[in-house]
Amino acid sequence: MTRYVLMRVGQAALVLWAAFTAGYVLLQLLPGDSILIKFQNPELGLSPQQIAEIRAYYGGGDPPIIGYLHTLLGFLRGGFGYSIDTGTPVVERLAEALPETAELATAGFALAVLIAVALAFAAGYSRTSWLRGALLAVPSLFVSVPAFWLGILLIQVFSFRLGLVPVIGGSQTQQLLLPVLTLAVPISAPIAQVLARGIDQVYTQPFVPVVAAKGASRWWILWRHVARNAVLPALTVAGMTFGELIAGSVVTETVFGRNGIGRLTEQAVNAQDTPVMLAVVVLASTVFVLVNLGVDLLFPVLDPRLKASA
Amino acid sequence: MSLLDVRDLAVSYDARPAVQGISFTVEPGEVVAVVGESGSGKTTTAHSIIGLLPPNATLDGGRILLGDSDLATWSTRRMESIRGAQIGLIPQDPSNSLNPVKTVGAQIGEVLRIHKRGDRRTISRRVVNLLTRVGLPDPETRARQYPHELSGGMRQRVLIAIAIALEPRLVIADEPTSALDVTVQRRILDLIDDLRAEFGTAVLLVTHDLGIAANRSDRLIVMKDGRIEEQGPSGQVLSDPRAAYTGQLLRDAPALSVREFRAVEQTPEEPTAEPAIVVHNLVKEFRVGRRPFRAVDGVSFEVRPGTTHALVGESGSGKTTTARMVVRFAEPTSGTVTIAGAGTVAAPGTAAGVGTVAGAGAVAGGRAARDFRRHVQLVYQNPYSSLDPRQSIAAIVEEPLRNFRLGDRAARRRRVRDLMERVALPESLLDRRPRELSGGQRQRVAIARALAVDPGVVVLDEAVSALDVTVQAQILDLLEELQRDLGLTYLFISHDLAVVRQISHTVSVMNKGRIVEFGTTQRVFTDPRHDYTRELLAAIPEPVR
Repeated sequence: MTRYVLMRVGQAALVLWAAFTAGYVLLQLLPGDSILIKFQNPELGLSPQQIAEIRAYYGGGDPPIIGYLHTLLGFLRGGFGYSIDTGTPVVERLAEALPETAELATAGFALAVLIAVALAFAAGYSRTSWLRGALLAVPSLFVSVPAFWLGILLIQVFSFRLGLVPVIGGSQTQQLLLPVLTLAVPISAPIAQVLARGIDQVYTQPFVPVVAAKGASRWWILWRHVARNAVLPALTVAGMTFGELIAGSVVTETVFGRNGIGRLTEQAVNAQDTPVMLAVVVLASTVFVLVNLGVDLLFPVLDPRLKASA
Repeated sequence: MSLLDVRDLAVSYDARPAVQGISFTVEPGEVVAVVGESGSGKTTTAHSIIGLLPPNATLDGGRILLGDSDLATWSTRRMESIRGAQIGLIPQDPSNSLNPVKTVGAQIGEVLRIHKRGDRRTISRRVVNLLTRVGLPDPETRARQYPHELSGGMRQRVLIAIAIALEPRLVIADEPTSALDVTVQRRILDLIDDLRAEFGTAVLLVTHDLGIAANRSDRLIVMKDGRIEEQGPSGQVLSDPRAAYTGQLLRDAPALSVREFRAVEQTPEEPTAEPAIVVHNLVKEFRVGRRPFRAVDGVSFEVRPGTTHALVGESGSGKTTTARMVVRFAEPTSGTVTIAGAGTVAAPGTAAGVGTVAGAGAVAGGRAARDFRRHVQLVYQNPYSSLDPRQSIAAIVEEPLRNFRLGDRAARRRRVRDLMERVALPESLLDRRPRELSGGQRQRVAIARALAVDPGVVVLDEAVSALDVTVQAQILDLLEELQRDLGLTYLFISHDLAVVRQISHTVSVMNKGRIVEFGTTQRVFTDPRHDYTRELLAAIPEPVR
């Protein structure tokens, strides 16, 4: 068991390093130059030589491998360098943006799970075939809805038409409501699909009629036996959707004008602000890796058969 | 009044009738066996009594009287109150019939919880009592274990504990032992018998095994194609069957027919031909964690050409691993396998004399290995999964010919037709896909495919185990006929002693990786010398005629 945990943790560390390296290399290869974007403006009146000095200050003149090692070492120490765009430490910019996004992502994910479980259970419990079919069609609909469109639609309907949620101002909960919904809908779809399929599959297992032969009701069977077995694959997918959560928050935060990591990413891309982009990549992969590490470690707890093989 | 009185029951699946005109009774404390082959409707009948038919089934008519109440008219909710409490179910396959993520104790206690018999404490005490009653040692520990930590026989005991927990008036046992080894099978049936005597529970025993039905039941119901062919007291049905079908079943059931033993024609004094298969001191070790585990431990035997040698044993005895080494799907850790006309295979790195084919080459390919494959063919247990579902029957049978580049197209097509005739399949099946064929037909296709390249040795790994008795009898006859006509040597792997008795000339009895007894079939069956062989033989139901 200890071996299993150590293996997983080691793999997680390896994935993080790979994500950092890939992010670094790709950002270096990007065409364009953040220093030129910021400093070539003629109004600043900088000579090419001065720009070259600024570039050297940011480490632009070092051979690539030194730059890489320098940045890696900085990240390991928790220092992400300075934003080229604003000159402030990247850590500060992240710290400003993180709470907004954490709030949105957590609430969005929780709502997504709620929607998914409700859909899958309703479909698993229902005996009317048309209702079942309708419920199972909902995830396909959800996954095909573009987030920006859904966001705009929600603002149109709930804020402008119905006036239920104020566009500007309003309490914190009110501000969260529509973005969370926008984020949750597409994420709930794959979880619901996998969970519903899992439930269907577990229903075909021979142990289900045995439970029924004990006199268990349909709800008892679904809740106490089928769900527990069906949740494992859904858990894997839920871990995977964390990636989409980050991507989704870029769009959602832009549409709803929230200052989170998504907005920060958008700004950094526009300004080709490499240190910020790299920090965002590493932050996103850290969250992703940690969540999936948690899922992996949860597996043997949920399914005792995996304890033996682990 | 009868405990259970089924009158004129009719059930259909998606408007296709499955059973019709089923009428029978079960008296209190009685064992009634429902016997039939797959598709006969025996399971449908049993499941309709406890109301567990799949969603696409409808009860078209009839009454199911348990005491005075007609269960056929009851709602699902009312049925829930009698399931487990008045009718218990012992399912077919112990390996998948328990929820893998819940402890054994929780799953037994569940039936008490559902019917609200006592608080947490009383329930856990009762669980331990029940586990003790069904003969599990160390019941407190067992209650905390998960199903995968128990053996098949132990799981079946747990399922029996669930079925009898509330001392129901009727227990439906649906093929309760067909997935178990014979010695375990016997103990489980004994347990069901004891519990019946103790609680006065009636048992409706659903089985395809006429031997078990004959030995364990008071009355017998024979079903075929969704109808009852015959019913009556077991002794009477067996000794004086009225329906022709019952007679056929009795003739085909290997456990009940008393055929002559197949004798080896040559007398031992006669100078014999070179043996077709020589297995010498074969060992196979697997690593399980850090400890090496000997699946096959010093196995040696010889098979004369044109005869059948059976490797018989229970699950885990090493018989399949031995067979895999004989056909070179696995490499021996040490020891040799020599097949006349196809060379010797030895463990890598050991000297095994002239004509040795290096072990590694056997699995990897190479000319010698290809020659070997032509000479030794394999027929698998499961005719459903050993045929490619996307290929036509013609393509399946032809494939070995194509692989070995034998003959041109026309010659190959002629050969396929000959093979179909050999295994008594109509040519009209050539364009069909495997799923359109019955189990018996599929196994014939698998045999035809094995014979395509004219092998000398055919290894049959549980080749008739998945088939119904009447089909099984036909395939065994076919195998005998092919052996006579083509001079084939068979290595017959089986757990079924009754089948082995019928087809083999010589037998090796395997237990825990070793051969505990070897001899002619007649000698081993009439004069067993090893305790384990005696135990195995005692477990097959006695022939009644």
